[in-house]
Amino acid sequence: EIMRLVVVLAVLMGVSGIPDVTISPPTASADTSAHPNSIPETGAEEDVMATGELNPNHYPARRAAQVVQHYLNTRYGSPFRLIGVQTVHSGNAEDVADSGRKYQLELSVNDIITNTTQTCSAELFFPKGKGQQPPEVKALYQKYKTNQTLMSSDFAQQLRSDISTLSNSKLPSDSHGHIEPDMKPFWHLGILASSFIMLNESTENTLYNVAQVANITQLTTEEDHLEFDCHTLLHEMVSQEIIHWKMLFTWSPAEGVKVVQMKRLPHRHEREKSPKTN
Amino acid sequence: YRHNGETSGLTILHLYHYTEIWMEQMVKDHPDVVTVVKYGKTYESRDISLLKIGLNTGKEKKAIWMDCGIHAREWIAPAFCQYFVREILQTYKTDAKMEQMMKNVDFYVTPVLNIDGYIYTWENETTRLWRKNRSPEPEDCSCYGTDLNRNFDANWGTIGVSFNCCSKFYPGSKAMSELETRAVTDFVRSRKDSFLCFLSIHSYGQMLLIPYGHPNYTAPNYDELMMVGQGATEAIWKVHRTNYTVGTPPDVLYPITGSATDWARMQGIPLTYIFELRDNGTYRFELPEDQIQPTCEEAYRGVLYIITYAHDKTFNGAVANTAVTLSARLWNILHLLWFIGNK
Repeated sequence: EIMRLVVVLAVLMGVSGIPDVTISPPTASADTSAHPNSIPETGAEEDVMATGELNPNHYPARRAAQVVQHYLNTRYGSPFRLIGVQTVHSGNAEDVADSGRKYQLELSVNDIITNTTQTCSAELFFPKGKGQQPPEVKALYQKYKTNQTLMSSDFAQQLRSDISTLSNSKLPSDSHGHIEPDMKPFWHLGILASSFIMLNESTENTLYNVAQVANITQLTTEEDHLEFDCHTLLHEMVSQEIIHWKMLFTWSPAEGVKVVQMKRLPHRHEREKSPKTN
Repeated sequence: YRHNGETSGLTILHLYHYTEIWMEQMVKDHPDVVTVVKYGKTYESRDISLLKIGLNTGKEKKAIWMDCGIHAREWIAPAFCQYFVREILQTYKTDAKMEQMMKNVDFYVTPVLNIDGYIYTWENETTRLWRKNRSPEPEDCSCYGTDLNRNFDANWGTIGVSFNCCSKFYPGSKAMSELETRAVTDFVRSRKDSFLCFLSIHSYGQMLLIPYGHPNYTAPNYDELMMVGQGATEAIWKVHRTNYTVGTPPDVLYPITGSATDWARMQGIPLTYIFELRDNGTYRFELPEDQIQPTCEEAYRGVLYIITYAHDKTFNGAVANTAVTLSARLWNILHLLWFIGNK
């Protein structure tokens, strides 16, 4: 027995573990007849959509996780609580008759401000059919005890008493991502309001982030809640487009953010000539 | 803008002019190791420059390529190129491994490839998020710029592009239509047998992308690219616990054709990677100053892992093969022992 083992081991030691790799590049595709004005293909439209167990590192699970992030921020976000997806652990996708596609995800999300993480199970439904229909999301988030409640109500109090603090503020305030600490809650509010739009606009072929809060202004109101006007720039990763939205939204510690009006601003193509050197 | 000296870490993303001054300074400070090579012109007639870094041995050397800033708004990328250069110049004198690599390999680092686009992003608030180069609009269309990372002759114009010239993914009127693209290909092609490694630095997304961007093509050394990529992401994670993902673009992001790294892989350069640096969505392209240093530190470890592997595979051949196959052999042995034991 032992002798046989020794012989086998000796044989194994002589065998190369990984075969030699020959490098032979494929010939470049001769088909350059793409249709003019074709929209960027995601590959998923032509192929069968990923179904069954999903690879958590691949784009279908990552895009769906981003939608969960937007959903959680609309429901649980505040000027002092911003939620981000940290890791996708596992996922599943399936077709639902002819009505759409259903996803099930296990993720870890974290409160970006306090850097606390928790696991989260989420279910999403992307409806099929004419026009852009928003996805339906079900996910729970545990609101752990932090001083965010206290800070939120102090912040609301401060804004009710002095409306002039915020007018035409741009966040980040420069191209280097700089945000004054006392401006951060406004930046978070801009992101939360944008999350409503990002959630509404999301499909299996999009990945939205807020690129910039171009302008946020507090408005006077007779109501109990606070009212804001803002202009944000969203970055849609799959098309790499920067999309401008204007919103009117309200916020109160009790009710959270509610978007009252939203309007997509038309695409501004850069036409200006930049100064030439020489 | 503050101009940081060589000793302190880079904390401000520089204007391109300061980048030019910085390159000249590197040559002055390390005259026997660094030279500036001007290898092309941009559409607006600016010189495209790289730093060639390596010890002069008189022997034939291998090469490693790194380009930064192919997309104008990704400012962290040029910052990383500068960090990388300073780091290798600081460590080779005291680190035997880096010294060995500098003797066997020349590093060709382009701090900003898309100079016109980069300068345009500094112009005013509305231009900060520009991505493409600044070549003029085609006849029947009214927008500027070609996406340089869709312009290379690698399955050009097939998928992941749009022929609407206003699109962020406009690949140009034809493959290699852009001066910036041809500068890279002319330079690399003239030395392609010497290149071990071709790295393209971008942001954001925290990913390492391997060839090919076209979903129907698999690189012949896909397994090796994934394995080395995973080693790199582990090295990255050890620095600040930042998660990076490895995979092909169609798997982890979206399909891409005409990219510089796909072209390099098709030329026969074995290890080609796109690095998408921090972050993963909070600040996107406008990464705050306090994140520049840690981003560069972790990315450096990832790059170092890849270039060390590439170097050792060529120059410490037996050692590299043993390292790679040893775990495979051990696994085979253990497997067989279990099998025999269970008879």
